[in-house]
Amino acid sequence: MEVAQVRDAAPVFAALGDETRLRLLVRLSSSGPDSISRLSAKTPVSRQAVTKHLEVLSRAGLIRGNRRGRERIWQVEPKRLVDARLYLDRISRLWDDALDRLQRHLERQT
Amino acid sequence: MKSTTDRIEKKILLRAPKSRVWRALTNSDEFGTWFRVKLASGFAAGKTVTGKVTYPGYEHLTFSVDVERMDAERLFSFRWHPYAVDPKIDYSREPATLVEFRLEEAAEGTMLTVVESGFDRIPAGRRDEAFRMNSQGWAVQMENVQRHVTG
Repeated sequence: MEVAQVRDAAPVFAALGDETRLRLLVRLSSSGPDSISRLSAKTPVSRQAVTKHLEVLSRAGLIRGNRRGRERIWQVEPKRLVDARLYLDRISRLWDDALDRLQRHLERQT
Repeated sequence: MKSTTDRIEKKILLRAPKSRVWRALTNSDEFGTWFRVKLASGFAAGKTVTGKVTYPGYEHLTFSVDVERMDAERLFSFRWHPYAVDPKIDYSREPATLVEFRLEEAAEGTMLTVVESGFDRIPAGRRDEAFRMNSQGWAVQMENVQRHVTG
Protein backbone atom coordinates (compact mmCIF):
# COMPACT_ATOMS: atom_id res chain seq x y z
CA MET A 1 0.00 0.00 0.00
CA GLU A 2 1.22 3.46 -0.81
CA VAL A 3 1.44 6.31 1.66
CA ALA A 4 -1.31 8.22 -0.14
CA GLN A 5 -3.67 5.24 0.05
CA VAL A 6 -3.05 4.75 3.75
CA ARG A 7 -3.59 8.45 4.34
CA ASP A 8 -6.88 8.39 2.42
CA ALA A 9 -8.09 5.42 4.43
CA ALA A 10 -6.95 6.87 7.77
CA PRO A 11 -10.22 8.68 8.72
CA VAL A 12 -12.13 5.46 8.09
CA PHE A 13 -9.82 3.41 10.29
CA ALA A 14 -9.82 6.13 12.95
CA ALA A 15 -13.61 6.18 12.90
CA LEU A 16 -13.73 2.41 13.27
CA GLY A 17 -11.08 2.35 15.98
CA ASP A 18 -13.62 2.76 18.77
CA GLU A 19 -15.80 0.09 20.32
CA THR A 20 -18.94 2.26 20.57
CA ARG A 21 -18.69 3.49 17.00
CA LEU A 22 -18.07 0.00 15.72
CA ARG A 23 -21.18 -1.22 17.54
CA LEU A 24 -23.25 1.68 16.15
CA LEU A 25 -22.08 0.93 12.63
CA VAL A 26 -22.76 -2.77 12.95
CA ARG A 27 -26.21 -2.00 14.33
CA LEU A 28 -27.05 0.40 11.50
CA SER A 29 -25.79 -2.06 8.97
CA SER A 30 -27.68 -5.06 10.36
CA SER A 31 -30.99 -3.49 11.44
CA GLY A 32 -31.19 -0.64 8.96
CA PRO A 33 -31.67 3.14 9.36
CA ASP A 34 -32.43 4.38 12.85
CA SER A 35 -32.83 7.53 14.94
CA ILE A 36 -30.46 8.84 17.59
CA SER A 37 -32.98 8.29 20.39
CA ARG A 38 -33.47 4.62 19.48
CA LEU A 39 -29.77 4.11 18.93
CA SER A 40 -28.85 5.64 22.28
CA ALA A 41 -31.55 3.66 24.08
CA LYS A 42 -29.64 0.50 23.18
CA THR A 43 -26.17 1.90 23.86
CA PRO A 44 -24.71 2.27 27.35
CA VAL A 45 -23.55 5.85 26.65
CA SER A 46 -25.36 9.18 26.68
CA ARG A 47 -27.39 10.47 23.79
CA GLN A 48 -24.93 13.32 23.44
CA ALA A 49 -22.03 10.87 23.14
CA VAL A 50 -23.91 8.80 20.57
CA THR A 51 -24.50 11.96 18.53
CA LYS A 52 -20.79 12.71 18.60
CA HIS A 53 -19.86 9.19 17.55
CA LEU A 54 -22.37 9.30 14.70
CA GLU A 55 -20.86 12.54 13.50
CA VAL A 56 -17.39 11.00 13.44
CA LEU A 57 -18.71 8.08 11.37
CA SER A 58 -20.48 10.55 9.09
CA ARG A 59 -17.32 12.60 8.52
CA ALA A 60 -15.50 9.42 7.52
CA GLY A 61 -18.23 8.83 4.91
CA LEU A 62 -19.41 5.63 6.56
CA ILE A 63 -22.93 6.78 7.44
CA ARG A 64 -25.34 9.47 6.36
CA GLY A 65 -27.98 11.37 8.33
CA ASN A 66 -31.33 12.43 6.89
CA ARG A 67 -33.76 14.72 8.64
CA ARG A 68 -37.19 13.18 9.09
CA GLY A 69 -39.47 15.58 10.92
CA ARG A 70 -37.71 16.64 14.09
CA GLU A 71 -35.44 13.63 14.11
CA ARG A 72 -32.34 12.71 12.24
CA ILE A 73 -32.30 9.19 10.79
CA TRP A 74 -28.89 7.66 10.30
CA GLN A 75 -28.03 5.03 7.75
CA VAL A 76 -24.98 3.21 6.49
CA GLU A 77 -23.49 4.83 3.39
CA PRO A 78 -21.17 2.16 2.08
CA LYS A 79 -21.91 2.04 -1.57
CA ARG A 80 -20.30 5.01 -3.20
CA LEU A 81 -17.18 4.95 -1.14
CA VAL A 82 -16.67 1.22 -1.09
CA ASP A 83 -17.54 0.64 -4.74
CA ALA A 84 -15.19 3.35 -5.83
CA ARG A 85 -12.49 2.02 -3.55
CA LEU A 86 -12.81 -1.58 -4.72
CA TYR A 87 -12.82 -0.47 -8.33
CA LEU A 88 -9.66 1.56 -7.83
CA ASP A 89 -8.03 -1.23 -5.83
CA ARG A 90 -8.62 -3.61 -8.69
CA ILE A 91 -7.15 -1.25 -11.28
CA SER A 92 -4.36 -0.39 -8.88
CA ARG A 93 -3.39 -4.08 -8.70
CA LEU A 94 -3.38 -4.31 -12.49
CA TRP A 95 -0.92 -1.41 -12.57
CA ASP A 96 1.27 -3.05 -9.93
CA ASP A 97 1.44 -6.18 -12.06
CA ALA A 98 2.15 -4.23 -15.25
CA LEU A 99 4.95 -2.19 -13.64
CA ASP A 100 6.41 -5.35 -12.18
CA ARG A 101 6.54 -6.82 -15.67
CA LEU A 102 8.11 -3.59 -16.99
CA GLN A 103 10.82 -3.83 -14.33
CA ARG A 104 11.58 -7.44 -15.23
CA HIS A 105 11.51 -6.57 -18.92
CA LEU A 106 14.16 -3.88 -18.35
CA GLU A 107 16.32 -6.18 -16.23
CA ARG A 108 16.30 -8.82 -18.94
CA GLN A 109 17.31 -6.42 -21.70
CA THR A 110 19.83 -4.06 -20.12
CA MET B 1 -9.40 19.41 -3.61
CA LYS B 2 -9.51 16.43 -5.90
CA SER B 3 -11.59 13.53 -4.69
CA THR B 4 -9.59 10.60 -3.33
CA THR B 5 -11.40 8.23 -5.65
CA ASP B 6 -10.49 10.09 -8.83
CA ARG B 7 -6.92 8.94 -9.33
CA ILE B 8 -4.34 6.22 -8.92
CA GLU B 9 -0.68 7.09 -8.59
CA LYS B 10 2.23 4.66 -8.72
CA LYS B 11 5.95 5.30 -8.39
CA ILE B 12 8.66 2.81 -9.24
CA LEU B 13 12.44 3.11 -9.35
CA LEU B 14 13.72 1.40 -12.47
CA ARG B 15 17.40 0.49 -12.64
CA ALA B 16 17.87 1.72 -16.20
CA PRO B 17 18.62 5.09 -17.82
CA LYS B 18 15.75 7.32 -18.94
CA SER B 19 16.45 6.64 -22.61
CA ARG B 20 16.04 2.91 -22.01
CA VAL B 21 12.83 3.33 -20.01
CA TRP B 22 11.43 5.69 -22.65
CA ARG B 23 12.01 3.04 -25.31
CA ALA B 24 10.33 0.34 -23.18
CA LEU B 25 7.29 2.62 -22.83
CA THR B 26 6.94 4.03 -26.31
CA ASN B 27 8.29 1.40 -28.68
CA SER B 28 5.13 -0.53 -29.54
CA ASP B 29 6.84 -3.95 -29.56
CA GLU B 30 8.51 -3.34 -26.22
CA PHE B 31 5.37 -1.86 -24.68
CA GLY B 32 3.46 -4.88 -25.95
CA THR B 33 5.92 -7.29 -24.34
CA TRP B 34 5.45 -6.11 -20.77
CA PHE B 35 1.93 -4.69 -21.06
CA ARG B 36 0.79 -7.87 -22.81
CA VAL B 37 -0.79 -6.49 -25.94
CA LYS B 38 -0.04 -6.90 -29.66
CA LEU B 39 -0.23 -3.43 -31.16
CA ALA B 40 -1.16 -2.82 -34.79
CA SER B 41 0.96 0.33 -35.11
CA GLY B 42 3.45 2.57 -33.32
CA PHE B 43 2.65 5.30 -30.81
CA ALA B 44 2.50 8.93 -31.98
CA ALA B 45 0.96 12.02 -30.39
CA GLY B 46 -2.65 12.51 -31.45
CA LYS B 47 -2.92 9.00 -32.85
CA THR B 48 -5.31 6.19 -31.90
CA VAL B 49 -3.45 2.94 -31.41
CA THR B 50 -5.26 -0.38 -31.23
CA GLY B 51 -4.18 -3.95 -30.65
CA LYS B 52 -5.08 -7.36 -29.28
CA VAL B 53 -4.69 -8.09 -25.61
CA THR B 54 -2.31 -11.01 -25.00
CA TYR B 55 -2.89 -11.22 -21.25
CA PRO B 56 -3.84 -14.86 -20.50
CA GLY B 57 -7.60 -15.16 -20.19
CA TYR B 58 -8.26 -11.76 -21.81
CA GLU B 59 -7.19 -12.54 -25.39
CA HIS B 60 -10.70 -11.79 -26.67
CA LEU B 61 -10.33 -8.11 -25.77
CA THR B 62 -9.25 -5.21 -27.95
CA PHE B 63 -6.79 -2.66 -26.64
CA SER B 64 -7.27 0.93 -27.73
CA VAL B 65 -5.67 4.19 -26.60
CA ASP B 66 -5.67 7.78 -27.86
CA VAL B 67 -2.13 9.04 -27.47
CA GLU B 68 -1.96 12.58 -26.09
CA ARG B 69 1.62 13.60 -25.45
CA MET B 70 5.03 12.23 -26.23
CA ASP B 71 7.70 14.52 -24.77
CA ALA B 72 10.85 12.47 -25.28
CA GLU B 73 12.18 10.93 -22.06
CA ARG B 74 9.82 13.07 -19.96
CA LEU B 75 6.14 12.39 -20.50
CA PHE B 76 4.08 9.82 -22.35
CA SER B 77 0.30 10.04 -21.96
CA PHE B 78 -2.81 8.52 -23.43
CA ARG B 79 -6.55 8.26 -22.79
CA TRP B 80 -8.34 4.95 -22.60
CA HIS B 81 -11.26 3.13 -21.03
CA PRO B 82 -10.15 1.44 -17.83
CA TYR B 83 -11.16 -2.08 -17.01
CA ALA B 84 -13.00 -2.48 -20.32
CA VAL B 85 -13.42 -6.21 -19.87
CA ASP B 86 -16.87 -6.85 -21.33
CA PRO B 87 -16.64 -7.26 -25.14
CA LYS B 88 -20.43 -6.77 -25.40
CA ILE B 89 -20.21 -3.20 -24.07
CA ASP B 90 -19.31 -0.27 -26.29
CA TYR B 91 -17.08 1.74 -23.98
CA SER B 92 -16.20 4.32 -26.63
CA ARG B 93 -19.01 6.70 -25.68
CA GLU B 94 -18.11 6.72 -22.00
CA PRO B 95 -15.64 9.15 -20.43
CA ALA B 96 -12.04 7.99 -20.68
CA THR B 97 -9.33 8.17 -18.04
CA LEU B 98 -5.96 9.82 -18.64
CA VAL B 99 -2.83 7.73 -18.13
CA GLU B 100 0.47 9.60 -17.68
CA PHE B 101 3.93 8.10 -17.49
CA ARG B 102 6.46 10.61 -16.11
CA LEU B 103 10.18 9.93 -16.15
CA GLU B 104 12.72 11.53 -13.82
CA GLU B 105 16.40 10.85 -13.48
CA ALA B 106 17.25 9.22 -10.16
CA ALA B 107 20.56 8.32 -8.53
CA GLU B 108 20.29 4.68 -9.46
CA GLY B 109 18.26 4.89 -12.62
CA THR B 110 14.88 6.34 -13.49
CA MET B 111 11.94 7.21 -11.27
CA LEU B 112 8.78 6.38 -13.17
CA THR B 113 5.48 7.85 -11.98
CA VAL B 114 2.25 6.53 -13.42
CA VAL B 115 -0.93 8.50 -12.79
CA GLU B 116 -4.34 7.40 -14.00
CA SER B 117 -7.02 10.02 -13.37
CA GLY B 118 -10.64 10.79 -14.20
CA PHE B 119 -12.27 7.85 -12.41
CA ASP B 120 -14.96 10.03 -10.85
CA ARG B 121 -16.53 10.48 -14.27
CA ILE B 122 -16.74 6.73 -14.89
CA PRO B 123 -20.41 5.65 -14.77
CA ALA B 124 -21.45 4.18 -11.43
CA GLY B 125 -22.61 1.02 -13.20
CA ARG B 126 -19.03 0.22 -14.21
CA ARG B 127 -17.96 0.47 -10.62
CA ASP B 128 -20.80 -1.81 -9.58
CA GLU B 129 -19.43 -4.41 -11.99
CA ALA B 130 -16.09 -4.34 -10.28
CA PHE B 131 -17.91 -4.45 -6.97
CA ARG B 132 -19.89 -7.55 -7.90
CA MET B 133 -16.78 -9.29 -9.15
CA ASN B 134 -15.14 -8.75 -5.81
CA SER B 135 -16.27 -11.47 -3.43
CA GLN B 136 -14.96 -9.50 -0.47
CA GLY B 137 -17.81 -7.02 -0.77
CA TRP B 138 -19.17 -4.75 1.88
CA ALA B 139 -21.72 -7.30 3.16
CA VAL B 140 -18.98 -9.83 3.84
CA GLN B 141 -16.83 -7.23 5.56
CA MET B 142 -19.71 -6.16 7.78
CA GLU B 143 -20.37 -9.77 8.76
CA ASN B 144 -16.74 -10.04 9.75
CA VAL B 145 -16.96 -6.91 11.88
CA GLN B 146 -20.16 -8.12 13.43
CA ARG B 147 -18.63 -11.49 14.33
CA HIS B 148 -15.64 -9.67 15.76
CA VAL B 149 -17.75 -7.36 17.92
CA THR B 150 -20.37 -9.82 19.07
CA GLY B 151 -18.16 -12.89 19.20
